[in-house]
Amino acid sequence: MVESVRTQAQSKMPAGPAIKGKLSRDDLIMRGGMIVIALYLVVTLAMPLYVMFSKSLSTYRFDLSAFEFQVSDEAGNFDGTILNGAALNEQTGAFDKADLNTNADGRLGVTEFFPEFSFRSPVQYQIRSIAEDGRYLVGSTLYTGTEWQQLDSNTFRRVALRPTQSRGLSNFTEYFSTPALTNSIKNSLIIAAISTVITVGLSFWFAYALNRSCMRFKGVFRLIAMMPILVPSLLPGIALVYLFGNQGMLKELLFGASIYGPLGIVIGSVFFTFPHAFIIISTALAISDARLYEAATSLRASPWRTFWTVTIPGARYGLISAAFVVFNLVITDFGLPKVIGGQFNVLAVDIYKQVIGQQNFEMGAVVSVILVIPAIFAFAIDRLVQARQVSSLSARSVPFQPKPDRKMDRIFLIYCTLIGLFIVGILAVCQFAALVKFWPYDLSLSLKNYQFNRMDGGGWAAYYNSIKLGLLTAVIGTAVVFFGAYLVEKSKGFRTGRAIFQGFAMLPMAIPGMVLGLAYIFFFNNPDNPLNVIYGTMAILVVSTVTHFYTVSHLTAVTALKQMDGEFEAVSASLKQPTMKLFARVTVPVCLPAILDISIYLFVNAMTTVSAVVFLYSTDTALASIAVLNMDDAGDIAPAAAMGMMIFYTNAGARIIHLIASRGILGRTQAWRTR
Amino acid sequence: MIEANAGHAYLKIENMWKAFGDFLALSDVSLDISEGEFICFLGPSGCGKTTLLRAIAGLDLQTKGTVHQGGKDVSNLPPSQRDFGIVFQSYALFPNLTIEKNIAFGLENTGRKKPEIDARVTELLILVGLEEQRKKYPAQLSGGQQQRIALARAIATNPGLLLLDEPLSALDAKVRIHLRHEIKELQRKLGVTTVMVTHDQEEALSMADRIVVINHGRIEQVGTPTEIYRDPSTLFVAGFIGDMNHFDAVVTAPERITCGNVELECAPHSVGQGARAIMAIRPEDVIPHGADADASGEVETQANTLDVQVTSMEFLGSYWRCHLAGENFGQGALIANFSMNAVRRLGLSEGKNMMIELPKSRVMVFDAAGS
Repeated sequence: MVESVRTQAQSKMPAGPAIKGKLSRDDLIMRGGMIVIALYLVVTLAMPLYVMFSKSLSTYRFDLSAFEFQVSDEAGNFDGTILNGAALNEQTGAFDKADLNTNADGRLGVTEFFPEFSFRSPVQYQIRSIAEDGRYLVGSTLYTGTEWQQLDSNTFRRVALRPTQSRGLSNFTEYFSTPALTNSIKNSLIIAAISTVITVGLSFWFAYALNRSCMRFKGVFRLIAMMPILVPSLLPGIALVYLFGNQGMLKELLFGASIYGPLGIVIGSVFFTFPHAFIIISTALAISDARLYEAATSLRASPWRTFWTVTIPGARYGLISAAFVVFNLVITDFGLPKVIGGQFNVLAVDIYKQVIGQQNFEMGAVVSVILVIPAIFAFAIDRLVQARQVSSLSARSVPFQPKPDRKMDRIFLIYCTLIGLFIVGILAVCQFAALVKFWPYDLSLSLKNYQFNRMDGGGWAAYYNSIKLGLLTAVIGTAVVFFGAYLVEKSKGFRTGRAIFQGFAMLPMAIPGMVLGLAYIFFFNNPDNPLNVIYGTMAILVVSTVTHFYTVSHLTAVTALKQMDGEFEAVSASLKQPTMKLFARVTVPVCLPAILDISIYLFVNAMTTVSAVVFLYSTDTALASIAVLNMDDAGDIAPAAAMGMMIFYTNAGARIIHLIASRGILGRTQAWRTR
Repeated sequence: MIEANAGHAYLKIENMWKAFGDFLALSDVSLDISEGEFICFLGPSGCGKTTLLRAIAGLDLQTKGTVHQGGKDVSNLPPSQRDFGIVFQSYALFPNLTIEKNIAFGLENTGRKKPEIDARVTELLILVGLEEQRKKYPAQLSGGQQQRIALARAIATNPGLLLLDEPLSALDAKVRIHLRHEIKELQRKLGVTTVMVTHDQEEALSMADRIVVINHGRIEQVGTPTEIYRDPSTLFVAGFIGDMNHFDAVVTAPERITCGNVELECAPHSVGQGARAIMAIRPEDVIPHGADADASGEVETQANTLDVQVTSMEFLGSYWRCHLAGENFGQGALIANFSMNAVRRLGLSEGKNMMIELPKSRVMVFDAAGS
């Protein structure tokens, strides 16, 4: 009766290929979908970045030795003497070496090689290129190839040589030999470091007060702390100009120091990065384990010692993570230093100046590559630390319950009030300045600063464009991100494909907006690119914004999806139901809170972003946030403040609608959550 | 009992291998399962039993080998093209759907009309005894109720094969024992071929028609619960199911071994003469023969009787567990389970000497290399 299979068993698997499973229709749909979204990320992220990177390595130089000339006598007869361009330059010393370095649009006249040249002379000239791909212009006609062209003197003066492209690091060499440019590296790092220390310090105590004390009005303070997220980063710059600028009310408080420069950038950076640091640190403090504090008390540790041995170690990952997030935000920010940086150059503004101011795209690409390095570094450390934070959580932790302490609670209340006044004050100044006739001379109220159509910058149309961008980004972005996250989380097999997808999804976080925007110019503005049609349209703004804010949205979606039972798909397949039915009936409804969070995140960011879109908007698609920048640039600071506050109110309104909608939808669809 | 017959097997697994890199999760597994049978895959965690179940379902494809279900080769088909219902340890009930919608999920898109679906759902709800709960959400039910809903959902479409992946291990001990019985009854009523994965030997012994014991990715033994318990074919099976004493021994003749300096007769076995072996006997198979007071000369000469001392006793409710040691008996203590009656009758207490018998047919011998 007893059969032993063991004796027949071999211990080595027979050779030969492994069984290949047939793919079901669902597998094909899932993989197809994943490939489509991965392709989206390749086209909107990887390829533009690649083009930008290669642009930073391409140099343009006039290769004089590749051109040959013949000169006739006055009668128009050529004696057959062939003159090489390089030799001519050596004889005449017309151009020195540096003159021959140029950019993609470089043009070089050749009459300087012929000291006796006169456009009235009857002398004839011939020109040719030695190489097939050598290029020169006669007037606006481009010639290539080795055929001789004979030209009279008058035409010959309109000859312009075109540069040849080569690859190399010479752009970087040039960058690093220009102190005006390299100074920005130091400036950026210093500004980011100082802002990081201040923001993390301030937000730590703010978060500590909210999580570990029994002070009053915690809800109000929590709301106030989140406000800066709703405005563009350049808005605090405008407020600071009003307060401490040349006509500032409180200018004397600075004792002669200027707000235009590092001081203004740091104060503004603290303002706009505060909520980001606050959220991270607050989360870290919220998950701490009360049992550790009970142990510390029973060991008679002093509060000071408990703070250093329990509180700080417990929050250390949060602190580190917050520090790198703030560092990254400050070093990649463009709007604030643009508004209040004055002569103080930072990397992000350099990109703008090189591209918009000097039309030197190659140098813009070089600065971008340099800016990406610290950004990627900060991002990588943040990811590493966040992974550890999660693993330090334990299911048996007991949440900490603060006990009232009148003295400490009062101190915390005063501290939080000061921080709250700073945040609300900045916004109030903007709102007040927007409503007065002429700061600081005529403080009577008026709405004239809201007549945006009278100013440069795009007018009210820009505001409506922003709302359109926000809605489109929220809808399309949420759909793409959530569906992509679902496919990558729940599809079977296809491991390499999924790993690559995850990598792509994480990349946008490390790419500064300015860099992304510039990369888009290079990629989409190329006439040879079939996607060129979206250049200058709303579509490219939506695409760039979705991509720019992809990572955080993706992580939110993945977190929600990971909380779903991993066997839903298996059950659905065993019941022979299409996976997409499961997706629509179960996955989406269950993840609805996360989906709503992603959409409001994308909307708010689309309303406030400046960096990526500043390179991509056209006159038809000007945006509110760009209008703030441009009106400020043109000296219309009050309208800029007014527009900035419009963004604030719109975002605040969107948040409230989001809250009401969430409650409503959740109330109806999430009845199952209550027992 | 249903005989597994290779020719008429409903589910036929042949030479199945599963490799994760260098690690072999399944090694050359072959198994026939007849229609209507209740099979348990039993083994320690990480032995490959769940891997085997998932390969049968097509959820994680085997590296090599074939699966035939109902005469059809399903070896490389995706789950949606196979014919099975499945219940997971987590139940995987859709949290946002009421339990009637959960059960109806698989009935939709199958050409059934709405009233027909409703009728089937009601039928299933009555079957699992949860008719009044139909409008509730899964989170509002107890673990045992959720488990029954998962079962109802799995059998809603009348699949030919029911797969249960540790379906009871998330439940309280009491509910578990109750549901064991209920699932077995349901399976008998429906006559559906069922494969259940479990690491709980009691569960396997009480529910299965046949048990497949798996260890290190290999099938150790296939047999009815009594076969597995009474005649384990390997030392692993002997040790994994029920309690077992084992001692090093040497085979001196077919059906004779020495253990320490005691010579014992034993059941027939396949270990070669002179080879090192393991002698094994279950605690409840040790027969108590009273203290040395009533030991006359004839008992001495009787085969397989030993003179031992009771070193310690543990009261376990329905019986006593006694640790027995004898100078001539080699290493370690022999554990024996004696009934309350026997203990009282023989006046056993710690420190007393007594005679025991190890019945020849219950003395099992295994190859020492197989451990």
